[in-house]
Amino acid sequence: MKLKIFFIIFFLHLNFNLHSDEKIDESIIHKNLRCLVCQGQSIADSNSDFAMTLKMVVEDLIEQGKTEEEIYNFLSEKYGDWILYNPKFNSGNFLLWVLPYLALIAGGIIIVLLIRKSSKKV
Amino acid sequence: MLSNTGNFLLFINTFLSILIIFNSYKCLKSKNNLIFKNIYQISLLQSTLVLICFFTLIAAFIVSDFSLITVYQNSHSLKPLFYKISGTWGNHEGSLLLWVIILTIFSFLFLIFNKNHSKNYRLHTLIIQNLLILGFLIFIIFNSNPFSSISPIPKDGLGLNPILQDPALAIHPPLLYVGFVGSSIYFSAAMASMISNYSGKFFAQSIKGWVLISWTFQTLGILVGSIWAYYELGWGGFWFWDPVENASLLPWFAMTALLHSLLVLEKRNTLYFWTIILCLLTFTLSVTGTFLVRSGVLNSVHTFANDPSRGIYILIFLSLMIFASIYFLFNKYKPTNDLINSNSKETFVLINNWFMMFYLITVLLGTLYPIFTDAITNNKISVGPPFYNSVIIPVVIAFLFFMAIGPQAKWIKNRFSNLKTILLILGGAILINFAIIYFFKSYSLISNLILISSLFLIMSSILDFFKKKSRFGIPRIISHLSFGLLILFIGLNHNFSVEKDFNLRLGEVKKIDDYEFALLDLKLNQETNYKAVVGKLEVNNSNTMEKRILYPEIRIYDNPQTLTYEASIQTNFLGDHYLTMSNIDRSEYYNIKFQHKPLMIWIWISVLLLSFGGFLSLFKNAKNN
Amino acid sequence: MQKIIRYSIVLLFIFILLVFYNSLNRETNYSTDHLIGNKLANVNLKGFNDKKVYTSEDLRENNYTLINFWASWCAPCRVEHPHLMQLSKEKNLKILGVNFKDKKINALKFLNDLGNPYYYLTTDSNGKQSVTFGIYGIPESILINSELIVIKKFIGPLNEQDLNDIKETIKSL
Repeated sequence: MKLKIFFIIFFLHLNFNLHSDEKIDESIIHKNLRCLVCQGQSIADSNSDFAMTLKMVVEDLIEQGKTEEEIYNFLSEKYGDWILYNPKFNSGNFLLWVLPYLALIAGGIIIVLLIRKSSKKV
Repeated sequence: MLSNTGNFLLFINTFLSILIIFNSYKCLKSKNNLIFKNIYQISLLQSTLVLICFFTLIAAFIVSDFSLITVYQNSHSLKPLFYKISGTWGNHEGSLLLWVIILTIFSFLFLIFNKNHSKNYRLHTLIIQNLLILGFLIFIIFNSNPFSSISPIPKDGLGLNPILQDPALAIHPPLLYVGFVGSSIYFSAAMASMISNYSGKFFAQSIKGWVLISWTFQTLGILVGSIWAYYELGWGGFWFWDPVENASLLPWFAMTALLHSLLVLEKRNTLYFWTIILCLLTFTLSVTGTFLVRSGVLNSVHTFANDPSRGIYILIFLSLMIFASIYFLFNKYKPTNDLINSNSKETFVLINNWFMMFYLITVLLGTLYPIFTDAITNNKISVGPPFYNSVIIPVVIAFLFFMAIGPQAKWIKNRFSNLKTILLILGGAILINFAIIYFFKSYSLISNLILISSLFLIMSSILDFFKKKSRFGIPRIISHLSFGLLILFIGLNHNFSVEKDFNLRLGEVKKIDDYEFALLDLKLNQETNYKAVVGKLEVNNSNTMEKRILYPEIRIYDNPQTLTYEASIQTNFLGDHYLTMSNIDRSEYYNIKFQHKPLMIWIWISVLLLSFGGFLSLFKNAKNN
Repeated sequence: MQKIIRYSIVLLFIFILLVFYNSLNRETNYSTDHLIGNKLANVNLKGFNDKKVYTSEDLRENNYTLINFWASWCAPCRVEHPHLMQLSKEKNLKILGVNFKDKKINALKFLNDLGNPYYYLTTDSNGKQSVTFGIYGIPESILINSELIVIKKFIGPLNEQDLNDIKETIKSL
């Protein structure tokens, strides 16, 4: 019972202290966009001309009121999916996002089965 | 002359490996229980000669012998001596020679330090390790020979990349290679164990020290690489989930899992085949990593120059390793009666392995997925930090809790008499988290949970330290504690970092939030092998009333013609102030990136402490044997 | 059951190694020239010499348009320019120039020295408009038809083969 109260208070407290994301953070967007003319850098890290231009475009899009996802869709339409560091969750990338968790669940099941098998023997 | 000496030594070593394999087979057949003396002697000779071979290459770099293609391509007479030497292993061919040295020396040391183990087991390990050595020597001689010569002899070299002229980068490869190349020895030992039916407790004891060595050095190697990336790549980040970084992390996950399952194998003689799989997996991942990095398959900030012919050699080697491993695993697998009691230490070791495999699969998938997508659908995608962070970080929360509770469990059967203590510590962790929020600022739910779980691990470990008066388990406490500290400091650093990106002209002052920046001066300095534009930037924090001056540089190198940006970093125990300045084409403005990164140095200290735990464990292990 | 597991494991590794082998001969540098078939929208370019704004409507008037992004400070642009001059003679094709992050004086000198193949010249001084075309470097050229569909993208300077390609394509009405 004490435990339940403890957790309720804990989660209520967390809610009051959560950082709300109302304003779009452009540095997060910059870190998610790949510099097309560099070797493995985001436009946040790159000094290339292309990176500078793209940062200006992102700034404009934010001012126009576009959401983060709309910005990503706009740019991936122009430059292909390669420009996004966060792979989209679509039929092609579905395995990428799902397999790790499948592995996690599978691992858990294996351990539980192993323990069950052992306890039967004892 | 150096070229001929080097080539000659390479050929002799190839011959010696074959000789060792041949003699070991003869010895296996003999009824004698001792290993022939000549096998020891040949192994010692092999190690000595391979070292001389390496020193020959170093000598060639020191005297700038440009008749060697490798020296010509990677060095220059004006390079400082220290970097001439480190240039030896800062290139593809030279670093392969470093591979061979570690393979060879570990082979010899394993032979002489395992005298109280079965002859068959030791001989088989020697044979397989020498097959690995042979494979690499053949690769070197036929494809990537550092001693191959060029005629006519060029007047000067093409110069070492200025980015590689760095102390951290000089020691980064040797450290890392002792790590993942060192894992070759327990790959061979695992194969040998299967072939010679040398299983269980004794096998675990014989490789434990080696796993510890490779784990500790791998940790240090990754640390040094991150520190270098932090101040050299100029963006203030220390981990980018870049494919080459991932290639060093994958073996680390396997090694950590192996370290833990060895405990179970040694104490309770269970999980034998799983441990064998981990041994085989670690070195396989190392070779796969080498393949990815050197064959030009990946697009990365860190890649060596591209050459598909190298890729084919490594791929053949990798395939042979994988199919040999699978063959023996399938043949020798016997279902064992492993007894794992719930609520015991074995269970928690399994849980560690479970999480390590999750991390491994995630990072492996993320790194390889673009390659597979491109091959199958001809569509290129990118997988970067957002993917890895969002998949891994939530899981780390649970992992930290298990790390705290696991070591408390006893072998076989455990009684959780300390539930009250656990709740108390948890309460304490939550209080500290709220204190941070109250006095500073709030952050996301995930960050809250990360801080709480890492604080929980830290406090549990400290409590453990005071409870256990015996020196037993101190290395483990230190390593678990430092891992908790690492996550805590990463979490705090991430949430409290401040970044400003803007453009400034000489003489201009800009005010952004609490900071005021002024580009006071620009000087042109001439150094031995580069010119530098040094900026004098004053940073004023109106909140804390702190004033600092930072000196970022734009460096122009001659050989080869490159431009680099040197960050100006001021470090203290509270945090780092980090500033880079870069020129904008066709403009008089400079782009300034400023960051305040709190507690940065503690991140490095945590990893150092983590590897220290490994060293302590190693000394204890050596003392006991 | 065990046999199935064993076979699948072996097959899995063979598959992985084959993919690695295949990837050895692939290009790691990314290029957008496969992004064709979509329609251009939001064309909004400032005229170089006048205050006019060039839009999608203007593009529809041509059978085929080659939109060429260039600048006076770009060396490969010099190399491809003679090819553009040749193309400007084609009857079914109009070449639209977009002067990218350049100074007027320098651009005019460039055209004076090497010739002006553009039926109309626009300017993108900060490079932002080029993003709507999916440009990431110069020189780059995009071939579109009267429906504003992107038929081909040329990354880097145009060469002889590209020229023949374009001539073949614009033959069909």
